[in-house]
Amino acid sequence: MEFTHQVLQQLVNGISLGSIYALIALGYTMIYGIIKLINFAHGDIYMVGAYIGFYAITQAKLSIVPALLLSFVVTGILGMVVEKLAYKPLRHAPRISVLITAIGVSFFLEYTSMYFVSPTPRTFPAMFGDVAINIGGIVINGQQMLILGITAILMVILTYVVHRTKTGKAMRAASFDTETAQLMGIDSDRIISITFGIGSSLAAVAGVLVGVYYNSIDPLMGIMPGLKAFVAAVLGGIGILPGAVVGGLILGIVEAFVSGFVSSTFRDAAAFAILILVLLFKPTGIFGKNTKEKV
Amino acid sequence: MKYLRKNDCIMLGFAIILFAVLQGLITGRVLSSFWQLNLLIVGINIIMAVSLNLINGYTGQFSLGHAGFMAVGAYVGIVLTTNFHMPFAVALLAGGVAAGFLGFLIGIPTLRLRGDYLAIATLGLGEIIRVVIMNIDYVGGAAGFKGIPHHTNFAWVFFLMLFALFFIKNFVNSNHGRACLAIRENEIAAESMGVNTTKFKVMAFTIGAAFAGVAGGLFAHCFYLVSPNSFTFMQSFNYLIMVVMGGLGSITGSIAGAFVVTFISAALASWPEFRMIIYALALILLMFYRPQGLFGYMEVTNMGILRKIFRKGGRN
Amino acid sequence: MNFSKKSLKLMSVLAGTMLMGSVFAGCGDEGNADEIKIGANFERTGNVANYGQATLDGFNLAIKEINEAGGINGKKLKVVEADNKSEASEAVNAATKLISDDKVKVIVGPAVTANVIAESQVATDNKIPVIAPDATSPDVTVENGKVKPFIFRSCFIDPQQGSVMAKFAVNDLKAKTAVIYVDNSSDYSKSLGKVFKEKFEAAGGKVLMEEAFLAKDQDFKAALTKLKTANADVVFVPAYYEEVGKIVKQARELGFTQAFLGTDGWDDSKVADIAGADALNKTYFSTHYSDKDTEVKGFIDAFTKEYGHAPNVFAALGYDAGKMLADAIKRAGSDDPEKIREALEQTKDLKVGTGTITMDKNHNPIKQAVILENKNGDRVMVAKIMPDAE
Repeated sequence: MEFTHQVLQQLVNGISLGSIYALIALGYTMIYGIIKLINFAHGDIYMVGAYIGFYAITQAKLSIVPALLLSFVVTGILGMVVEKLAYKPLRHAPRISVLITAIGVSFFLEYTSMYFVSPTPRTFPAMFGDVAINIGGIVINGQQMLILGITAILMVILTYVVHRTKTGKAMRAASFDTETAQLMGIDSDRIISITFGIGSSLAAVAGVLVGVYYNSIDPLMGIMPGLKAFVAAVLGGIGILPGAVVGGLILGIVEAFVSGFVSSTFRDAAAFAILILVLLFKPTGIFGKNTKEKV
Repeated sequence: MKYLRKNDCIMLGFAIILFAVLQGLITGRVLSSFWQLNLLIVGINIIMAVSLNLINGYTGQFSLGHAGFMAVGAYVGIVLTTNFHMPFAVALLAGGVAAGFLGFLIGIPTLRLRGDYLAIATLGLGEIIRVVIMNIDYVGGAAGFKGIPHHTNFAWVFFLMLFALFFIKNFVNSNHGRACLAIRENEIAAESMGVNTTKFKVMAFTIGAAFAGVAGGLFAHCFYLVSPNSFTFMQSFNYLIMVVMGGLGSITGSIAGAFVVTFISAALASWPEFRMIIYALALILLMFYRPQGLFGYMEVTNMGILRKIFRKGGRN
Repeated sequence: MNFSKKSLKLMSVLAGTMLMGSVFAGCGDEGNADEIKIGANFERTGNVANYGQATLDGFNLAIKEINEAGGINGKKLKVVEADNKSEASEAVNAATKLISDDKVKVIVGPAVTANVIAESQVATDNKIPVIAPDATSPDVTVENGKVKPFIFRSCFIDPQQGSVMAKFAVNDLKAKTAVIYVDNSSDYSKSLGKVFKEKFEAAGGKVLMEEAFLAKDQDFKAALTKLKTANADVVFVPAYYEEVGKIVKQARELGFTQAFLGTDGWDDSKVADIAGADALNKTYFSTHYSDKDTEVKGFIDAFTKEYGHAPNVFAALGYDAGKMLADAIKRAGSDDPEKIREALEQTKDLKVGTGTITMDKNHNPIKQAVILENKNGDRVMVAKIMPDAE
């Protein structure tokens, strides 16, 4: 009984941790999907989103929903600006140069933020009462349920947008072949810009929710979650929306179980080991299609 | 071939003159100890950059775990010198062999992966190595390994760097190296031409890892203490930046990249607030104006030859 | 033969750069006679930048006060800052720069133990004294049983804190069992965990389980769920405030009702902001002073006025380092590093921001410790421990 209880509690812990990875991974995977860029700055966009939410709540005295919307919009614009200034001029450059630019943007966001807001962590005011639900000794946190719910809803909305709307169709076309899409009358630049906007806004939602849930934010908070989210996206098959969510949840659950039943010091190593193992058997991730390269 | 050998001799001559000048500046105390230390770091970074270039630039395999191999070389080296009182040369060699062997073991399964999947897998491997070291109390864990003798001097760094440069240059210009280049340009085409792609990818990866291990040994014996903190994935990024900044597939470029990155970092140490901001902007601007890196595919030693070869070889 | 010309060109560029480097090095200004240069080697970028910055803020405040009061023996103190990227090899690099190019007479920092230990070799070789404001590991000042002549600190050491908390757990809380949860990326945390275990078991207690997390972690529930199964009397978490706040919050959520014990890393108002006052009830931590102490009020007010927020423990220790340094330079009567070193060794009954300190023979200040209890959003002093002469 004690053991089953442990397993269930760790499962809950893992899912709640994983839902955060999944939320960040959604934006990551969208951006990757369209221009095949590992956007290392994504974690830092998430950090900026958290700070915008923080100042909206503490300085502008907004409540959570307007703060979330404000952060959503401002960060979306920031994402578009970053794309326009930093990545667009490199559309035809070698992919690795764009990657280095992404690392540059990441450093730039981290340390410009640090310059303005200081490296000291900030504490989010509590926005919701702490609702911890206790079901037969298994503790489930209300806010975590909320994050999981929002992740699921966003995933459904995004999947709908990508597969059912005109913009989504354009996104898929641009992702498949930017130039041909352009020939078919799709404004690829605009579509890429929109994708960056949406991806960044998703990161902002994650930033604010995580800020509220864990109560503290700092300028370097994006590095690890950004990396983990990328791992999650790759695990699920990068570029695939449900893959990002599944990858995030798997990652979260693996981390919780390794911490709980093996040793917490090997948690990160185990997360990467799982990734590598999965890739060895499914080289393009769990949901990835194994496209044969043509000569 | 004769042409190349003559070329080698000229370069070697220059290198020795350069060494004599720099050593003179050091012995004569013209260079302050800060710049002396940075000279060592430049040399180590050049080994790291050029060995990563072999994997990333010449073979086209996107590796982000180079700092992990450096860590292996560093820790094997310091355990041998500090705990077993072995000579420095043995420690460096052992570090290189250990890192190379690990690179070989890891390379066989992972190098089947392509592009970004390989990148994240190697990044993960680098992190796994670091986490494992962090959990070994014998080498100090997170607190680091202290009491390392100071063996690294300019002569060691310079001549090992020279060895690495010549080795990798000759490797690239050999049949093996040509096979690696073919893999970079088009793996499927290379395979259909009879190139054993797995063999050459693993070979490049092993050599690169081995040199990273040697560089790690040199790095560790520069400082009194080494901690796993020095080998994070951020550090791997740093080496990647050097390589791309200089030009993927250019040894001259790797030298220049290592030089520029190290000196920007040293020169900005006094402006902590702006250090990383300036660095970030420099990176972004450089990629704007020279996305192919400072040197592209070109080498200083034989720009004429390489230009001919790569005139048609498109950028990827 | 055009290639050799080109290589010649490159070589000359390289050599030129090197020469420029040496020229820069050569003309590192020798400083004017009216000021004493002090190096501040801190973590300003990288993952522990917040600790480095806070310590530097406290230190700079002390220096500012001293300079506003006319400096020392007519000379102003000039702080030369260098960043070590939160990394040991960069700490050596920064220290080398401060010594060889900026020609500082004494170095303060870095904040983190590993970085100080890495730096200590360069400082010793160049005979430049170092004051480490927050490095609490005994190895910082002592190596293989021998005191490092040039390395000092202005805080107490891990064994002192660890044993204080172990005794407190056994004697005052009547704890028989404990679990320990440490930050695996911090030697401060690991070494405190080790000392606590030793002392707690020596006093008849039993440590049932040890778990670890990593700095910057956000979610601790998995390991906490495991720790909860041990059902120990107390939970010892020697760690820094950012993680501590989250740990306590998440632990209470998972139903931990036990007492939590901590160390001076807890000493920051953010712990309460993050965890909330209710969750923090029944938590105790050792630190250097109580903010209700009239002695330290001056410092807290001055700091709040300068920076707009209350100081945390890092800032307080940085401030102490500044005061300790100023006192030593004053007594040395010169800016000669050797004389400053001797004066630092003889520091006695010096009033600093957080109390009174006397340097012992191992270059560790003998300093009071206090144990504070978080009670309904307030901090109550439950014990004041004067250092014993052991």
